[in-house]
Amino acid sequence: MPFEFRGDIAHADIAFNAWGETLEELFKQTAQATMKVMVEDLATIRASEKIPIKLEQSNEEMLLFDFLNEIIFYKDSKRLLLLPEQLSVTNAGGNYTLQATLQGEEIDAARHRLGTDVKAVTMLRFSVTRVQQGWQATVVLDV
Amino acid sequence: MNIPAALKKISNTVWELPVTYKEGMLVPARIFATDKLIQEMDAGVFEQVTNVATLPGIQRYAYCMPDGHWGYGFPIGGVAAMDPGTGVISPGGIGFDINCGMRLVLTNLRADEVKPRLHQLVDRLFARIPTGVGCHGFVKLNQKEFASVAEQGSRWCLNHGFATDDDLEMTEEGGCFRGADASSVSDKAIERGYNQLGTLGSGNHYCEIQVAKPENLFDAERAAAFGLTIPNQVVIMFHCGSRGFGHQVATDYLKLFLSVMQRKYGIKIVDRELACAPFHSPEGQAYFSAMKCAVNMAFANRQVILHRIREVFSEVFQSSADELGMRMVYDVAHNTAKLEKHAVNSGNKELLIHRKGSTRAFGPGAPGLPECYSKSGQPVIIGGSMETGSYLLAGMASGAEAFFTTAHGSGRTMSRHQAKKSFRGDKLQRDMEARGIYVRTDSFGGLAEEAGDAYKNIDEVVEATELAGLSKRVARLIPIGNIKG
Repeated sequence: MPFEFRGDIAHADIAFNAWGETLEELFKQTAQATMKVMVEDLATIRASEKIPIKLEQSNEEMLLFDFLNEIIFYKDSKRLLLLPEQLSVTNAGGNYTLQATLQGEEIDAARHRLGTDVKAVTMLRFSVTRVQQGWQATVVLDV
Repeated sequence: MNIPAALKKISNTVWELPVTYKEGMLVPARIFATDKLIQEMDAGVFEQVTNVATLPGIQRYAYCMPDGHWGYGFPIGGVAAMDPGTGVISPGGIGFDINCGMRLVLTNLRADEVKPRLHQLVDRLFARIPTGVGCHGFVKLNQKEFASVAEQGSRWCLNHGFATDDDLEMTEEGGCFRGADASSVSDKAIERGYNQLGTLGSGNHYCEIQVAKPENLFDAERAAAFGLTIPNQVVIMFHCGSRGFGHQVATDYLKLFLSVMQRKYGIKIVDRELACAPFHSPEGQAYFSAMKCAVNMAFANRQVILHRIREVFSEVFQSSADELGMRMVYDVAHNTAKLEKHAVNSGNKELLIHRKGSTRAFGPGAPGLPECYSKSGQPVIIGGSMETGSYLLAGMASGAEAFFTTAHGSGRTMSRHQAKKSFRGDKLQRDMEARGIYVRTDSFGGLAEEAGDAYKNIDEVVEATELAGLSKRVARLIPIGNIKG
């Protein structure tokens, strides 16, 4: 199960857990879960725009926080629905660097069945942890 | 059962958790609720309101209103007053959607005059007011002009033909928190928000056409003071905030506070969503200024939307907004921090009041109220679920107990996830239409999340605020048309 929404840890907000064998896979899954709140069928998002991003942080958690915020930022500023196509995370002595290509397209209410707008990633229960099969994240989104 | 054993009943509507409940609590926590509502409170309320009680500089009590529920940082419905000299400011006590708020507008139309054109009206509102995920507005600005909106709020709208003097008078703080300096806001926040002026957004944001039926007026004198003078009078209520701009301001400063709070100021907190900085620190002051920019953008956002609503009504009824009596009752903010003077230990003291999902409710004679409301007290607009109705209340002198604050809505009892599994948006839309409520939406999933049964009973919530002396019922308003994002 790559991600799962949870009704038991938030009421007005939307909470989910995500998993990945690698940190990269985990980041991709959290992006999908976040986008799934806003667009019911992710397969309807065409890949007509590509945006490269590079983020640096001192730990995995804040890197994920910044990464999800980039996706939310483009949704508001450019009306773009973006998901990572290619993504890498490197750690050089505690300095984490994420490089990714986000791809997707502008919101089209005629083709995208829209859900609820994501306002922000909250720090409530926000975590990235190592688990037996790889990595797990817990995210609560303000909507 | 979520109620902690330590919860003590102080009166029929006040419950208290003592400072011994949790390590680090500086003041007790108080929750306003009836017996029934306290039983329904989720565990998050008790956890979060007592976390708030640990924040440096908190005065008297950490409060939660009767519509309180699980939030992030503060509970929704949370209120905390900080001593500005020794206390902190926390974005978690304000929320990401800074100055999410409510506006209520009168018409001189009766329900029987509106109903034949209801579909046309709602369809036009839905076409003309941008709603839903990532929506952009119709006021085209460059980033520099947007910075002026953030500094001037509704005043900018007045200068650009989107407002009247009367609109500003009927908005909390005249539609502009003074001291907003756009240089405290990141370029990213401006880039995220400058295209969104005049947009509703989604989630629990909506614009609703409502009716004040004679049998739903609880206080005829105050109802008349607030402009409800016609039987079955039609009014318009809407709810939205500072959009991506405010969300980005909150996100930026949450990150900044997390990085300096402990390292620079030695503040330890129990939940990262309560990240804070001393109010008088450079970071605290920068956030206070940036927050004011977002507050002002939200006032301007609601003002521009009001302009659009007036255009739509004028077009449909072939009369000017003036001829249709489209005057504002009031505009109230939900998610803010503000310096206000309150009576503490027999003296008047300036306090930084955090209100998160709660409404300022000044009593009669309070300074800062429009003169026409000096006898009645401040109008308080309580948005219910789209199925059940909303309320117009008035602030009371006895509201001093909670720094003149009351509830903001009905408050969720069911998670969005659960609501989506329990209800179907398309069926809900048809059922509501059969009951006389015509709804338009971009999102059936989003509609299902807002089903009436996902919320507390609003009648019980407002009754609790009245019993607790926080606000008084003036009118119950019944929905007949709604657009939601």
